[in-house]
Parts: sequence; structure tokens; C-alpha cells
Amino acid sequence: MKRIYTIFLIAFSIIIVRAQEDMLNLLGEEKTIDYATASFKTTRIINTLSIENNSKGVLDFKINHRFGPLNGGFYNLFGIDQAFVRFGFEYGLTDRLNIGVGRNSYEKVYDGFLKYKILRQSTGARNMPISLSYAATMDYKTVKSSDIAYLNRNWLRAYYTHQLLIARKFGEGTTVQLMPSLVHRNYVKTKAEKNDVYLIGIGARQKLSKRVAINVEYFYNLPNQLASSYVNSLSVGFDIETGGHVFQLFFTNSSGTDTRNVLTETTGKWLNGDIRFGFNVSRVFTVYNPKIKE
Amino acid sequence: MKKLMFLVGAIGLVFNLSAQKIFTKKGIVKFTASSSAEPIAGKTNTAASVLDKTSGNLEFSLLVKSMKFEKALMEEHFNENYMESVKFPKAIFKGKITNLSDINWTKDGKYSAKISGDLTIHGVTKSISTTADLVIKSGKVDADAKFNIQVADYKIEIPSLVKDKIAKTANIEVIASYENLK
Repeated sequence: MKRIYTIFLIAFSIIIVRAQEDMLNLLGEEKTIDYATASFKTTRIINTLSIENNSKGVLDFKINHRFGPLNGGFYNLFGIDQAFVRFGFEYGLTDRLNIGVGRNSYEKVYDGFLKYKILRQSTGARNMPISLSYAATMDYKTVKSSDIAYLNRNWLRAYYTHQLLIARKFGEGTTVQLMPSLVHRNYVKTKAEKNDVYLIGIGARQKLSKRVAINVEYFYNLPNQLASSYVNSLSVGFDIETGGHVFQLFFTNSSGTDTRNVLTETTGKWLNGDIRFGFNVSRVFTVYNPKIKE
Repeated sequence: MKKLMFLVGAIGLVFNLSAQKIFTKKGIVKFTASSSAEPIAGKTNTAASVLDKTSGNLEFSLLVKSMKFEKALMEEHFNENYMESVKFPKAIFKGKITNLSDINWTKDGKYSAKISGDLTIHGVTKSISTTADLVIKSGKVDADAKFNIQVADYKIEIPSLVKDKIAKTANIEVIASYENLK
């Protein structure tokens, strides 16, 4: 009998202890939607748009630098003598809708884009395996053509790019983004070149530490669309984040900084060393503060 | 012997009945680590808490990701670089009111509760103690507590580049309006 009593007492005290440990469990788990955030450090993987948006009211000032080809040798200090630059602003109208404008010194291109996030990757109360954005970019070339006068007609100078950005963050540090893309060119030089160019892009980032990540970006042009001198764009680089700035240091075989150039007019060959060093600087400013609800 | 068992059972039953637990799911937790460079402040109003009036046991829990900041980038850095909220999604406090005898739960008034216990942030558990103001009004309990923690104690690294922009001591304020647990 005494034994039973002891067992009873022990069991009873266990119940009490358990009750104390799990006090919060009395409330039950509230299921919340857990969105995948910070899939990339900034709104660009390297040259192309990433799935990341600026939040509402955030202005992102970007300076993209592109030097000359590495195989220019010591005479050109491995490309440092030559430089192209893009200045751009991107702004979050809402958390889902971003717009941006920029000016590229290479071929004097003005560009503008809008990007809308359709799906957000999430777990918890709502499961969504991917994030999906649609991006539309317009590039407008203003460099004057001195030899063929009619090329200066306005409508020939515009390029339109439509992209779907399909991204998934795997775990904490790895993100992969697929980018089916279509570039419409109002003017092409020969019949063999297509006005509509279809591409598949893939981008990826792997975090190396909290503030440093390695990025890769590649665009595959479907066959028989471009003049033979053009190749697929491949870029590899690092993201380094320091507070409000993100620095991206990379090598790429694209000479320009605008979407049209990267996707359809890349000329450098990696194997020949015809690649360029570049860096992007991103600085964000909170222009408008959506106040936290009390 | 049977009688004794019955007695133990009866005590247990009484204990359970009198174990009056009060709770909230809308606890407010404010955090500031401002420096002269810029204000750094986050806030959540979805912290969960249970307080056992009988034993004085007190628990708090919040999702780190639920902390909202005015600047989106600050919120991202808070989660990504400092709190690592994917790895350590919750901040938890488990403790006790140590001067329970000073508090009369049935009498309206303002009481000062001494609280000590274990605070787990960023996967690191440290014991803390603080004093909370309890306001009891017609059976309802409102609590308000302020305390400081050393960021370094919880193995939250502040890189040297931004060490002047973030305070080494974070101020935390907890506000909870408890309801009866049914």
C-alpha cells in the first residue's frame, strides 16, 4: 500500500511539474504566416533584378560600375582605364510594387522598370513554396548613329523586356531564382536576328557569413535568335553588406549595364579572358515611414 | 492508508482549482538600443504570457519576427544579422514572482512585484531579475516591467563597423493586460 502511495505521489508531483513547464502551452500555438525574407541582399542579383523588393517608402540609390575587359593587359591596367556607369533610383510604392529608373553611360541608355510581387514564399498558416514576381523593363538607347540617319528614329531605339522571377529560398543561406525572359527589340540589323528573343535565366546566392554572400547569374539564349557575335551572359560575384550599403563586386562578360545589353548584346567570352570587373553600390533611404500601429 | 490517498487526491483537486492562471496573447514588448547616431526601436504586440497567481510562476514568449521597426532595413538586419530569427525564432522568459505574499490578487491597488527568472534570447539563457508594477482593478491584472540586458551576454555580435550606432545595452519594456484563463 505504501508503495502505491509513493507512486501516486511521484506521479502527482510530475503532473504538477509538467503543468508548470508547459504553462504557455495552455494558450495553444497561434499559427502565423511566416514569410521568407531576405532571399537576396539587395534588389539585384548582379545585373538582373532579384525577387527582393524595397519595402514601401524605401528609396534605393544604385551606382553600377563596369570596367573594361581584363584581357586588355597591363597597358589598360586590366580594364581599369575604361569605365561605364549606371546611376539609378528604385522605390517601393508598396511592399509588392517597385519602380525604378536609370541612366547607363554605355550607348547612353535610359531605362525604367516596374516589378510586382505576385506570390510570396511562406510557411505556417499558409504554405507557398515559391515567390513570384513579374518585371517589365524598357530600355531606350539615345546614342546617335552618325552613319545611318534613319536609325535615329525614336521608335527604333526602344527595347522591352518581360520577365518572370521565380525564386525559392532553401534554408537560411541558399536562394535560387529562375527567370524566363522575353526581350522585344523594335529594330534588328539582319533578318536572321529575331525581334523577339526568348531566354531562360538562372540566378543563385549562397550566404558565406551573415554579411557576405556569393552570387551567380546566367542567361541562356534559345538558339538562332541573335547575331553570331553575341553570347550568353554569365556573372559571378560577392555581396558585402555594411549597414545601409550593399556592395556587389563581380566579374561579368557583359559590357553594358542595362537589361537589353546584358540579355541580348553580351559579347565577352569568359574563356578568352574577355570579362570585366564591376561593382554595384546600393544605398537605401527611408523616405516615407509607414508608422507602426499602436 | 486509503484515507491518506484520498486526502492527497483531494488536496490535488483543490490545488488545481485554486491554480488560477491568467493570460494574454497581446502582450506588448518594446525594445530600444538607440545610440546618438540613430534611434533603434522595435515593438511587438503579440507576445504571449501566462501568470499563475497561486504559485507566482510567470512565462513570456514572443516571436522574434513579430518585432516591427519603422525602418524596413533595420527590421531585416535585426532578424538576419543580430537575432538570427530563423535559427532562434522565439524569445522566452520563465520566472517567478518572488514576493508573492505582498500581493493580494483580490484587492484593488498598485503592487510592486519582484520577478526573477531565466530569459532566453538568441539561444542563450541568462537569469535576470526586475520589478514589475502590477495594477489590480476589479480582478483584472495589468503589468508593466522595465529592464536592461547586455547585448553581448546573449552572444549577439555587433560588428566593429557599426558599434557606435548600436547601444551595447538594450532597454526592454513589457506591458501585459491579463485575462482569466478558462
